[in-house]
Amino acid sequence: MRVALFITCLADQFYAEAGVATVRLLRALGVEVDFPQEQTCCGQPAFNAGHWNEARSLALRTLGVFQEAEYVVLPSGSCASMVKNHYLELLPGNKEALELAERTYELSQFLVRVLGVSELGKGLSGKKIAYHHGCHALRELGVREEPLLLLKNSGAEVLPWEAAEECCGFGGLFSVKLPEVSLAMADRKLATLPQAEVLTSTDAGCLLHLSGRMGKQGKGMRVVPLATLLWEAYAG
Amino acid sequence: MRVKAKLYPKEAARLLREKPGVRDAVTGATLHFEAGRKKAYQEVDAEAWRERAKRVKDHLLTHLDQYLELAEKRLQEKGVQVHWAEDPEEAHRILREIVARRGVRRAVKAKSMLTEELGVNPLLEALGVEVYETDLGEYLIQLLGEPPSHIVGPAIHLALSDIQRLFHSRFGTPLDASPEALAAVARRVLREAFLTAELGISGANFLVAETGTLVLMENEGNIRLATSLPKVHVAFVGIEKLLPRLHDLALFLPLTARAATGQRLSTYVSLIQGPAKEGEEGPEEVHVVLVDHGRTALLHDPEAWEVLRCLRCGACLNACPVYRQTGGHPYGYVYSGPIGAVLDPGLLGLEDTHPLPYASTLCGACYEACPVKIPIPKLLLTWRRRAVEQGLAQGWERAAIQAFSKVMQSPSLYRLFSKGLRGLPLPQDWLPLLRAWTEGRGPLKPSPKPFHQLWQELKE
Ligand code: SF4
Repeated sequence: MRVALFITCLADQFYAEAGVATVRLLRALGVEVDFPQEQTCCGQPAFNAGHWNEARSLALRTLGVFQEAEYVVLPSGSCASMVKNHYLELLPGNKEALELAERTYELSQFLVRVLGVSELGKGLSGKKIAYHHGCHALRELGVREEPLLLLKNSGAEVLPWEAAEECCGFGGLFSVKLPEVSLAMADRKLATLPQAEVLTSTDAGCLLHLSGRMGKQGKGMRVVPLATLLWEAYAG
Repeated sequence: MRVKAKLYPKEAARLLREKPGVRDAVTGATLHFEAGRKKAYQEVDAEAWRERAKRVKDHLLTHLDQYLELAEKRLQEKGVQVHWAEDPEEAHRILREIVARRGVRRAVKAKSMLTEELGVNPLLEALGVEVYETDLGEYLIQLLGEPPSHIVGPAIHLALSDIQRLFHSRFGTPLDASPEALAAVARRVLREAFLTAELGISGANFLVAETGTLVLMENEGNIRLATSLPKVHVAFVGIEKLLPRLHDLALFLPLTARAATGQRLSTYVSLIQGPAKEGEEGPEEVHVVLVDHGRTALLHDPEAWEVLRCLRCGACLNACPVYRQTGGHPYGYVYSGPIGAVLDPGLLGLEDTHPLPYASTLCGACYEACPVKIPIPKLLLTWRRRAVEQGLAQGWERAAIQAFSKVMQSPSLYRLFSKGLRGLPLPQDWLPLLRAWTEGRGPLKPSPKPFHQLWQELKE
């Protein structure tokens, strides 16, 4: 099986090690991994802000980049949802967009639903983890159980978190268009954060926002993308 | 009502800064309602209920002209006087005429968002009519001279201490009066108003076309009194509030109550069948004013009409993490929160409301809550797209998006940008964006090397 990785711009720039972890993990599970060099951004920031012309041209070039791929896997829930759910709104009736949507998966979704893997290893034994459900992974992709299953089966303790399914306030341009509201939302999220060793999520944007806010408040916690932890689950 | 939606970003920021108590009060109340809704949805096949309710409403809206005619006929058969109001001015004319003919000096009102929309209170006051809001929350904000902060709980932004202070200055109650004592004072004042008012005003949760039945849901009993004690009852009904058949209520009453407050049914449901007959108690005259105010035009908007399914249950507000931070006032119109963000542009146009569709992170919690499955995130995206098409996006945003997409169009520019991020000064256009980000979160720290560079090392 061959998988083309779509690392997406935010992870590429800010969580590069999550990309590395994704490659190592997929290879360890016997999957061949490609990284099409021409890839950039899925177009989500422009799309969500209403700039559909710009988003459309980025969607079209992404379609071209991944035309040949058997599967496309992203370590990002919201970018996966962009490709899976929104490309067709931008490009109604586009057959390639429809096909790409069917072949595209967020990483944990791919592991559980396509590879049928529910246990990676025991590398996270005893680790206390707080899992933030990225909204698009949760409500647009329906990825709720997969990350929890993989984390729990690797020996980690996923701590109960009252606000685990609440939006953190990132929302792409929302965080700069309405900075005060965005920060108030992050604060609410962080005020209920349990005493964990690691905070994780499928989404780089949410993590960037939450970890930045935590730092500003002088709080410290290890904040890493889910892909990084899943590789640790495997490799120990 | 005056529209101040354009100020949303400023007002939201100001409220967070100046009235942090609002955030606590609203968060507490909405989380409570939201937990109630979730529990109440779990008790039933909520998915099936919502789908069914959506279909009924879609059927109604796609045959609205027929059902409106039927409703008018049935209402008239019951002795109800039916009026049509295209806009607030026409609604005012109708009300003014009733007030003059019946010599109304005092009116009691049930909570109604549509009458807020129409500015009924200011009109009555201008006519020299004393108006009493009889829903406790609505009464509180009337005393304060504020608009409602929430569709269902107009005063949820107030803390007990705010109400204690208000009643102290108005009625001389002690500053530490208990909620019971405060309610007793309100009850005394309102009882007097009920008994002496010549006019009762309400909205409507539903109007059943098949039978001409006006349906009102409430928990305090005040609506029942407002529609039964005064000699004249006027109900303002948005034309989208119809239901085709009486038996649709079997679905819509429990669904609305569950969505709004987590109740299985509201405490009181009134089914009003016209004025009192010989020997019955009740109003001599019942008027139904069917109000358009932008709804027909919205119904003909193929991308935005679905918002007219709305039952005004407020579930989307309770579920919305953005609304929770500020309550409803910064949105600057009657309808706030997620529904306001897609209904207000539909009713008033984007010119006056365009920041509202941006008052969301598109998290989707509103859609999950909505009893009639209004695709609020999709509608938000539609209004945003139109805002950009109409040139309403701010200059810096347009420049930033254009620069961004130019970079992302070309892998070699992207590589250059990637290098720049790790050393070079950033392009000017991006600065406002960057500043807004870093102020609350500290500087951006890119990975030492981007993944596309690490990939070269992984390949071997
Ligand atoms: S949009 Fe849906 S959830 Fe919101 S008030 Fe209307 S019916 Fe209720």
